Amino acid sequence: MAEYKWPAPAERTLIGKRISRVDGAVKVSGHAKYSYDYNPKGLLFGKVLRCPHAHARVTSIDTSAAEKMAGIKAVQIVQKPGTEVLWQGDDIVAVAAVDEPTAEDAIRAIQVKYEVLPHNVSDAEPPAGAGEGPAGPMTEDDLENALGNQVPDAQVISDLQKRGVTFQVTDDMTKELKGYGVSDAVINALKAAAYHPEAASQPRSPYQKMAAQTQGDPDKGFASAEVTSEGVYGAPVITHCCLETHGSAAEWPSSDHLLVHCSTQGVSGLPDQYAQALKIPAGNVRAHQDHIGGGFGSKFSPDRWGIATAQLSKSAGGKPVKYMLERDSELMTAGARPSAYARVKVAAKGDGTLVAWQSDSWGTGGPAGAGSPPLPYVFEIPNQRKQHTAVRTNQGPARAWRAPNHPQAAVITMCALDDLAHKLNMDPVEFFAKNLDMTGPRAPIYKEELPLAAELMGWKQKWHPRGDKSEGPIKRGVGLSMHTWGGRGHASNCLLSIHPDGSVDIKMGSQDLGTGTRTAILIVAADSLGIPMNAITLNIGDTMYPPDGGSGGSTTIGGVSSSTRRAALMALDQLFAKVAPALKAQPADLEARDGTVRVKSEPSRSLSWKQACAKLGAMPLSVTGKNPGPGNLINSGVGGVGMADVSVDTETGIVKVNKMVAVQDCGLVINLKTAESQCYGALIMGISYALYEEKVLDPVTGRMLNPNMEFYRLAGLRDIPELMVHMMTDPLNENRGVIGLGEPPVISPGAAISNAVANAIGVRVPFLPLTPDRVLAALEQQQKAGA
Amino acid sequence: MKKNVRIVINGAEHRAEVEPRLLLVHFLREVAGLTGTHIGCETSLCGACTVLLDGMAVKSCTVLAVQADGRSITTIEGLAASENLHPIQEAFWEEHGLQCGYCTPGMILCAHDLLQQNASPSEQEIRDGIGGNLCRCTGYQHIVNAVKAASRKMNQRQRAAARAAD
Amino acid sequence: MRAFEYTSPTTRQQAVELLAGSWDQSAVLAGGTDLLSLMKDDVVAPKRVVNIKDIRELHGVRFGPRGMQIGALTSLGELADHPLVRQHYPAFGDAVVEAASQQIRNMATLGGNICQRPRCWYFRSGFGLTPKTPEGKSLVEEGDNRYHAILGNDGAALFVSPSSIVPAMIAYGARIRIAGPKGAREVALEKFFVIPRTESEREHDLRPNEIVTDVFLPPPAAGRYAHYEVRQKESFDWPLVLAAVALQMNGNTVRSAKVVMGYVAPVPWVSEEAAQALVGKTVTEQTAQAAGEAAVSQAKPLSRNRYKVQLARVAVKRAILQAAQGKAEGGAA
Repeated sequence: MAEYKWPAPAERTLIGKRISRVDGAVKVSGHAKYSYDYNPKGLLFGKVLRCPHAHARVTSIDTSAAEKMAGIKAVQIVQKPGTEVLWQGDDIVAVAAVDEPTAEDAIRAIQVKYEVLPHNVSDAEPPAGAGEGPAGPMTEDDLENALGNQVPDAQVISDLQKRGVTFQVTDDMTKELKGYGVSDAVINALKAAAYHPEAASQPRSPYQKMAAQTQGDPDKGFASAEVTSEGVYGAPVITHCCLETHGSAAEWPSSDHLLVHCSTQGVSGLPDQYAQALKIPAGNVRAHQDHIGGGFGSKFSPDRWGIATAQLSKSAGGKPVKYMLERDSELMTAGARPSAYARVKVAAKGDGTLVAWQSDSWGTGGPAGAGSPPLPYVFEIPNQRKQHTAVRTNQGPARAWRAPNHPQAAVITMCALDDLAHKLNMDPVEFFAKNLDMTGPRAPIYKEELPLAAELMGWKQKWHPRGDKSEGPIKRGVGLSMHTWGGRGHASNCLLSIHPDGSVDIKMGSQDLGTGTRTAILIVAADSLGIPMNAITLNIGDTMYPPDGGSGGSTTIGGVSSSTRRAALMALDQLFAKVAPALKAQPADLEARDGTVRVKSEPSRSLSWKQACAKLGAMPLSVTGKNPGPGNLINSGVGGVGMADVSVDTETGIVKVNKMVAVQDCGLVINLKTAESQCYGALIMGISYALYEEKVLDPVTGRMLNPNMEFYRLAGLRDIPELMVHMMTDPLNENRGVIGLGEPPVISPGAAISNAVANAIGVRVPFLPLTPDRVLAALEQQQKAGA
Repeated sequence: MKKNVRIVINGAEHRAEVEPRLLLVHFLREVAGLTGTHIGCETSLCGACTVLLDGMAVKSCTVLAVQADGRSITTIEGLAASENLHPIQEAFWEEHGLQCGYCTPGMILCAHDLLQQNASPSEQEIRDGIGGNLCRCTGYQHIVNAVKAASRKMNQRQRAAARAAD
Repeated sequence: MRAFEYTSPTTRQQAVELLAGSWDQSAVLAGGTDLLSLMKDDVVAPKRVVNIKDIRELHGVRFGPRGMQIGALTSLGELADHPLVRQHYPAFGDAVVEAASQQIRNMATLGGNICQRPRCWYFRSGFGLTPKTPEGKSLVEEGDNRYHAILGNDGAALFVSPSSIVPAMIAYGARIRIAGPKGAREVALEKFFVIPRTESEREHDLRPNEIVTDVFLPPPAAGRYAHYEVRQKESFDWPLVLAAVALQMNGNTVRSAKVVMGYVAPVPWVSEEAAQALVGKTVTEQTAQAAGEAAVSQAKPLSRNRYKVQLARVAVKRAILQAAQGKAEGGAA
């Protein structure tokens, strides 16, 4: 039996090297197929009529004119009259037509009437006392929120007794709650709670105050501190803005079998979602995706429009229907990162040791509010008091955005800490270093990374106390931030077959988001089998292949690399058993290297790979490597440091980034080229959200004002400075196994850039993005304070 | 009221009767079946739909197919003269100038326009020249490296060809 | 996009005949970079589109003793690369280069740039040029006006004039020729733009059946010129504010000045105050600063765009300093 571990450094032929991506040729030649590119003969084009109001009730829908139009093949009402619509751009009616312009004509011919309801799109600081006091009966959301946020049982029970509920408590519901580990006491209180159905339709406060959380003794902590800093920090709602919009093509090869080509981060997870909505067995749904033009956390579901696409196809006799979102729909509805803001008080001893933290945070994730970011971030400050208020707004619903909640937490925490360092008259690098023991298990890696990042940045030469004193309007400064992430590999199944002719193929239901998953799988397989990467055929992106986890949470690399490694080692075990007699050796004495199967101690006793595989007889061997599985191949928990060097034009408020540094660990690196590339890419996304990105909603109409790429700004080539990426690849890190990397490096740039701006101009610009109006306002405040 | 158009795409003539409102990008993708030209922002800001119109880079999402009548288009599928990749395509692959790859065809065609006008652009000239193309995932650094590498490759090959001709 | 009839005249006479007397009937298509976006967003929906790109006489650049004559269909790309533009009208050249990315410069025309519609996000969302709330108040004043006008904003129109090239052309004293059913007329570019008072008016003095055919830049006078944009992004972006200046010098002192601001008002804003502040002065940090102050002395910011007053002040100051520092430009110096 093979021992399930990674090859020793000296034995690695491909793992950890810089390998060009295997899908490079198809992508540079335009032959790579994205879901948007699915283009079969007879394809029908979908379009969706979207609600123009931020909050409204659909009162009537008349599709008769559209249905009569030539070229219209199907019309599907997505949300019936009576439905309350909670954001602009929500789907109302879908149509399928012979071409896109005809579909658009049909959309214009549909008459929908709305009762426009009052909207709230502002996530400004909740007024004092908001969300307190008698809150009215609890909704299902309230209950879910309380249970999901570890509100003490006694409080939940008291709330249920006092407030009652707006929903009917069913046996199914209590059974489900029991399944989640909710206590009998809470369930009994829920059953006994007064039912107020009328309250469900009454207007509710947009503010939902979560339970306060306390750790240690914050009052004592603040009292004992020598230096306290207070400030307000935050980041707005931003969008994912994938270059390939969301959408899919759907067709029915037979009346109860569905085939979808969907732009998705989780191929294997799609059938169940379609099946539930369409009432067909999940096994009858096939999903396929070759390539995807960006997801960043926003593409895990078929979405309302995807189900409608499948329904349109069904109505059109099963013909393929494709509907990809228009750019404005994409920005309005297909994903937003929740905002998060906080008033923070943080204190330290005179030597810089952190002692106490207090935060009153708030933010919105659309109609459902939003959870609190993990505060304080990275540093476990001994005494803490935290309170979060979720703000319900009529903007599109939130979706996971690359490292959910962490960039916001970093902005709030790292900016507050940087302000405290300033009050302590300490260099932030020294101040952060001083407190690294509060970072938990990642402390050793931060201790290596922080000085390294400082070195790469030239921190010593560049840093100065706050406020660049040089002449002229352009001020320069540096800033830093730190971050952490989990990244443990997800469930994965690698079906690997070795054929008697020597060919090898792999089938996995995974997907390549552009991160290089295909390349990583082949690197592991080829390195393990001792054959070239191009000798292996890899099939991914289809539910015909064994299921694999969704690509979110930086879990893919750990999942696919470990299942592939296990599959390869299992396959070699079987192969060696067949080959050993021919080499007059024991299977355990064999190894597969350099395209041969040979005796470890005597490499000249060998068979070529092809000869060895011929020993399999008539049947291929086929194994499934799994994750989780035997051996410690993967791990969780990374730490990283980000630094920024910026110039600020104090007359215009324009910020220009001069240089960014990312130092990152991720355990064992499979492909250094694509790993570094994740960091480079994260830095541009970071610069983009630090300086430009913001979902702008009109207070009057409730509509998104910048659902386009001219005023929803993304950094371009001229906005990107020198980027330096350093991966921690020393043996200590490698021995931890493979850990995901897609998300962590995007966490720090916002905070690092904000801190660099504060260092340059001598004053904090509280909120991202750091736009000229905000920078100038902060400078003006500073001037007033100084005068 | 449909119009007849004749558009030469990658050297092959395509004739079709189209509605005037049909955009060139849809003509390429749906009439000619060439889906390497991608749709990104739809309003000429992201550059994913860049093609060469009579050799000049344009954004095909804001050109009508009827405007291209009688003209010649090169899409990413037609950039390489043979089975081999064009040096710019090779460079994007080797230098890792792509991740998800969605912006890549547009980047490459815009780089082609740039290198036609300026065979050895500086880093700043590269950033200016393909500044009309947005990428959400690479970090751009590798894209700049790829255009530099492509420039070197093309210059070398041109010198080699000149020597061979001597 | 709604269906339309497509026509491709080859002479300006035919073009004018194909154009109708009202804006919703017909539209002129040149490069298409703006019109097609407007049509996709259903902001405009002309029944007939008149493609004027096949009118050969409207292409090209001629340079002579009367100055430069630029056909309205000349692409921004041709202008950006044109040696005589760079030599004689450098601030105009700078503005052209910065106005768009390579691909757009290849398609977009100078005439189209002059006639492009405002980028106002309420206008582009279909609320019109003078958007109103249901209660009849100004939607811009009540809503998000961070990019809106700080000058010339007494009336209903609060958008900003969108061309980033026009201010430089005005600084050079450009005139345009317009063809219509009754023949051609010529106007100073400065006078071409008007502030609409009601939704039925447009932001320029062009009738629905007219087309801009030529742009004239007078012979380059000895002087100093500059174009300065404040943009959030260095990569292509709409300016937040920009300034173009022309200084005629008498030795070291300013004999006359033209200061034109963009993105501050519903029209390109010629600041007499700034010009006055400069005349008779030598250009120094202080006098440039004073001119910047003068340029915004009449500014009335809305609820969210006070920062633009500062940006305009700085843009004017920097444009003046840049002009003064540059070598004397223009023909017979």
